[in-house]
Amino acid sequence: MESRLAIGKNVIRVDAHDKAAGRTKYNSDVTDPSLLHCKMIVSQYAHANIKSIDTSEAMTAPGVQRVITGEIAQGILTGTFVEDRPPLAIGKVRYHGEPIAVVIANTELEAKRGAELVKIEYEPLPVLNSPSDSMKPNAFLVHENLANYRKMKECTPQPGTNIANNVRIRKGDMIKGWEESEVIVEEYLYLPQADHIALETRSVKAEIKPDGNIIIHSSTQGPYIIRKKLSRHFNIDTGKITVHTPMVGGAFGGKAAVQLEMIAYLASKAVGGREVILINTREEDMISSPCRIGLEASVKLGATKDGKIKAAQITYLVDCGAYSDMGAVMTKSIASDCTGPYNIENVYCDSLCVYTNHPYVTSFRGFGHSEYTAAIERTIDKLAKALNMDKIQLRLKNIAIPGDTTPTCSTLTKSNIGDLKKCLETLKVKLKWEEGEKVDINKDTVKCKGISCFWKTSSTPPNAASGAIITFSPDGFAHLSIGAVELGQGTKTAMAQILAERLKVDIKRVKVSMEINTSDNPEHWKTVASSTTYMVGNAVIEAADDVICQIKDISAIVLRCSPKDLEVSGGKVFLIDNPEKWIDITEVVHGYKYPNGNSIGGQIIGRGSFIMKHLSGMDENTGRGNPGPLWTVGAQGVEVLFNKKEYSYKIINAVSVIDAGTIINPIVASGVTMGGMSMGLSLASREAFIYDNNGIILNPNLRSYKPIRVDEEPEYIIEFIETPEVDGPFGARGLGEHGLVGMPAALINCLSTAAEKDLNRFPLTPELIWKTK
Amino acid sequence: MIEFHDKSIIELYVNGDLKTVAARPADTLLFILRESLGLTGTKNSCGNGDCNSCTVLLDGWPVKSCLMLAVEAVGHEITTIEGLQDVPMQKAFVEKSAIQCGYCTPGMIINSHALTTIYPDASDEIIEEWLESNICRCTGYKEICEAVKSVINM
Amino acid sequence: MITFDFDYYRPDTIEEAINVYKKITGQEKKAIYYAGGTEIVSMSRVNQLSFDSVIDIKAIPECNVIETKDDKLIIGSAVCLTRICDFGGYPLLGAVCRRIAEHTARDMITLGGNILGKIQYKEAILPLLLTDSKVTVAGTAGKSEKPIDRIFNEKPLLNAGELLVNIIIDKKYINNPYSHSKKTKQEKIDYPLVTIASVKNDDEIRIGFSGLCVYPFRLDIIFGNIDNTNPESEINNILNRVPAPIVNDILGSAEYREFVTRNLLIDLFNYYGGMN
Ligand SMILES: Cc1cc2nc3c(=O)[nH]c(=O)nc-3n(C[C@H](O)[C@H](O)[C@H](O)COP(=O)(O)OP(=O)(O)OC[C@H]3O[C@@H](n4cnc5c(N)ncnc54)[C@H](O)[C@@H]3O)c2cc1C
Ligand code: FES
Ligand code: FES
Repeated sequence: MESRLAIGKNVIRVDAHDKAAGRTKYNSDVTDPSLLHCKMIVSQYAHANIKSIDTSEAMTAPGVQRVITGEIAQGILTGTFVEDRPPLAIGKVRYHGEPIAVVIANTELEAKRGAELVKIEYEPLPVLNSPSDSMKPNAFLVHENLANYRKMKECTPQPGTNIANNVRIRKGDMIKGWEESEVIVEEYLYLPQADHIALETRSVKAEIKPDGNIIIHSSTQGPYIIRKKLSRHFNIDTGKITVHTPMVGGAFGGKAAVQLEMIAYLASKAVGGREVILINTREEDMISSPCRIGLEASVKLGATKDGKIKAAQITYLVDCGAYSDMGAVMTKSIASDCTGPYNIENVYCDSLCVYTNHPYVTSFRGFGHSEYTAAIERTIDKLAKALNMDKIQLRLKNIAIPGDTTPTCSTLTKSNIGDLKKCLETLKVKLKWEEGEKVDINKDTVKCKGISCFWKTSSTPPNAASGAIITFSPDGFAHLSIGAVELGQGTKTAMAQILAERLKVDIKRVKVSMEINTSDNPEHWKTVASSTTYMVGNAVIEAADDVICQIKDISAIVLRCSPKDLEVSGGKVFLIDNPEKWIDITEVVHGYKYPNGNSIGGQIIGRGSFIMKHLSGMDENTGRGNPGPLWTVGAQGVEVLFNKKEYSYKIINAVSVIDAGTIINPIVASGVTMGGMSMGLSLASREAFIYDNNGIILNPNLRSYKPIRVDEEPEYIIEFIETPEVDGPFGARGLGEHGLVGMPAALINCLSTAAEKDLNRFPLTPELIWKTK
Repeated sequence: MIEFHDKSIIELYVNGDLKTVAARPADTLLFILRESLGLTGTKNSCGNGDCNSCTVLLDGWPVKSCLMLAVEAVGHEITTIEGLQDVPMQKAFVEKSAIQCGYCTPGMIINSHALTTIYPDASDEIIEEWLESNICRCTGYKEICEAVKSVINM
Repeated sequence: MITFDFDYYRPDTIEEAINVYKKITGQEKKAIYYAGGTEIVSMSRVNQLSFDSVIDIKAIPECNVIETKDDKLIIGSAVCLTRICDFGGYPLLGAVCRRIAEHTARDMITLGGNILGKIQYKEAILPLLLTDSKVTVAGTAGKSEKPIDRIFNEKPLLNAGELLVNIIIDKKYINNPYSHSKKTKQEKIDYPLVTIASVKNDDEIRIGFSGLCVYPFRLDIIFGNIDNTNPESEINNILNRVPAPIVNDILGSAEYREFVTRNLLIDLFNYYGGMN
């Protein structure tokens, strides 16, 4: 392999110094006294008619400018696949925490005081507290009006039920599959909703300028999506909307949703377009803004005696909460990869997006994959037990390899799927599988291991696109303008590395635009799905090639040769066969000036763009289609010390072996992977919304909802297999979410072995293990 | 006896400077630092004492500025992340890749800096005891621990 | 953000504190003493508390001491938990405090605030209950010394305006055998499902519980009654004497709390039994 300058190097993150100094400005760090402050009033009930909203006292409170309620956006319904959600509740609330009204005042204090004066009279209604409750034949409807909602064509809501989307996979011949199966196992799994807990809560500023231009500042993963949604719902030209996004303090999928932006826009509109700011409190960020899906899964697998899986019948009930939004999209993504990375010829899967009276959901790191993977992998472990077969062996026997097809009948190739066999074999070594799955340590303690495989494709829309623009400073620094948001995942650094590599310059001479301005930076679909490196990276390469081409064209004139004779490297352009003859790129990037003053060329501006190719929607009846350009695969494991007396445990080791293609920045890649693993273990072991019988969330703050802290962390072992993806920038695949995906599955498998119980619920608290029969 | 009624002018000794600001006795130190003094390096994440994003030093000891009244800090020395200029802990966080989104970082660095100042030879146990206070949602904490240890071993 | 307004006083002496309290309440207004503020601020921001003035007691020297006088250990009510842990003079109290909240919070939470707050756990009171500690209370009538159970028994019992100045621990207990164990739902940093602290004093074992019921309490057992071959009957005895229903909440069901408590008691029996 050619030696590389920047790719594969532990480059220090381009945003690190400012962050360490506390100088990085996040969205809510920039305010000024002229801003008006918004405070939401949110529902105290999970389901209720709003009998009245009395804003009279609030309206006359000091500093209050306006109080807005749902009426202000009468008739506007928003959503992604199904448009079912009013920006502010009208007539009815459908989840605990749903925004109902907003007080707009001169200061934060006055807004909050005003909000305390808004009186809402509710008429409580019964609640649907789980997807299976919502599926009961006599269940009431969360949305009576489902038939009349606008919807995208790829979505199939079922009016008269609580099903917002119904995605079917019908692959192969189930009758044959069951006939060939000698052993059949079934599993049910329940996973409650949870929350992203990005440390920065969501915030927005909105302003409508006198000339009709709209300026939004948002802590978001999707600045360009905000532009589209505002345009769609409020009938504004996208060209008049500019969204600014600075550094984002963690997102994990949660900031891909467009919610507060619409509320802030309405608030600004209500006060004559003045700039308003709306910042979620932690409590609001957890329950009013969207959270992670819940899932109820039933999986039935059939296999031959020697362990070849022949049939899979699966039902996934996605708890999307009260509004379908990204829940309906994830339902589809779950269906498309529904079996996990196994080659199963006969698959029957119903993936249903089900309304409940829970907070509504949005994408979460893994986009539904960590949730269903837990169900599949739990069942595979059960199958191994039934077959009396080694768990790694059983998986090896069934993993998907080039030539196989996915549940949507996409054909896997050497390039579009990574090497799972190698991942599993490496996991086996790293996890010291040979030591035994379960070893007694002393009277009360056993040491146990558990594993999981996973795969994930990006589930992007078939026309998702990105762009990149390169300009130069007079002294030859390359300035890269992209639309990808920095959320902590190291995107800006990775893009700088890709550009430095392609231009063959020191990374210090590459500057990436840190903040996004949708009017200036070329559009990037959204910064999600671990697809940013792949998409934006490809655009950057194209832009770099464009720049190189332009530099060569001008230099060829100056050096009196053909552009073909030239090479650009180290900030110089030189003749390939006579490197003594060169000019500095600074002489050409802003036009070349001859000694007599004549000039040629002008500024060099590189452009690159990328659009997904060959992706297609899924067939309504069979699910056939091509959901993503590539599959990242991996194998993960955990090792746990389990106390049989107390049912408590300590996770001691966690291992990930992931085929992420070429690794752009190893230290960042393993940091992000470790973060994902840590989040996966945290979700699996402790995180969940706890609802009471009335659908009220009992733990909407960090005193009672507890993400993992340093003392609970295991040792992390992370290995990358680097099977290059031919279409990826320098062979990179997606990486970012994947550390999380198999972790909950590995942990539930491990603890099931340790406790000798069939665990099938999350989170895996000692009480849950104790209680499970 | 110090007393403050209604909104009044208070003097805060922040990062070595004496600052004069108007504050209600009910205003938290976090609010005054961010909104009145523009020291936005100190972050608000839970506003309830649970995450340590808002940590500042009061006479050298870490405290949660979201649970402290600004008036309580009168007469004490406050240090925020902006008051640390290229201290070893900041360099260590950069070099050990202990920063991802960076939102927990100011609180982490302030707390870790205080730890290594007060206990230059802190054991792993003490490091863990101190860092337990801070939530980081991005990392698996390993790089953060390494950064702190690297300063202790310097 | 706290939306209601209040006045702030930081007296330098106990007398000043008592007088300012009297003055405020004389105007038909509500004053509260303010120590670490951790509970006051977090409850006020969600309007679960209301008052017109806070009286910050952290500048009062008597509330800030840790000292030994003759056979007494005296700890000021405004001493923060970190200082108590670092001081090390009363190992059981240090061990209990070290498991309350986390380090930075302990820099703020005070001993007095922990035992007089609204929070149901008040873990720091356990060692004080077990050692029959005394407290100094100041009020309009001056200072007086009282047994700890006169200021806390199921709930705080201080009269309006009374200030807890310090806690006086009889040193004779400090080196007695003791144990402490805190069990949580899952996290290390969390409120207790059950915390048990115990002290052996001659032939009795005094056991303090937090988390099991809605308030902390103490039960004594006779050392000789411990029969490690058959702990069940004594454990049942203890559970029968628990003074209030076992808590059932999001941290754990009552049944699970009982299960955890049984395990803790077995550990405790084994620990003391092993000393036989
Ligand atoms: C993140 C976190 C986790 C926690 N975890 C735990 C835990 O696991 N276990 C546990 O037991 N506690 C825990 N706590 C502590 C508890 O919730 C309270 O916040 C704390 O005990 C209050 O102490 P303070 O000094 O801040 O009191 P303050 O908030 O100042 O006061 C509390 C109450 O006590 C009164 N008061 C205080 N001092 C005096 C005095 N000298 N005389 C008369 N009245 C007085 C006040 O008027 C007020 O009513 C935790 C706190 C936090 C922030
Ligand atoms: S913001 Fe202060 S502890 Fe979270
Ligand atoms: S780096 Fe994002 S929370 Fe720690």
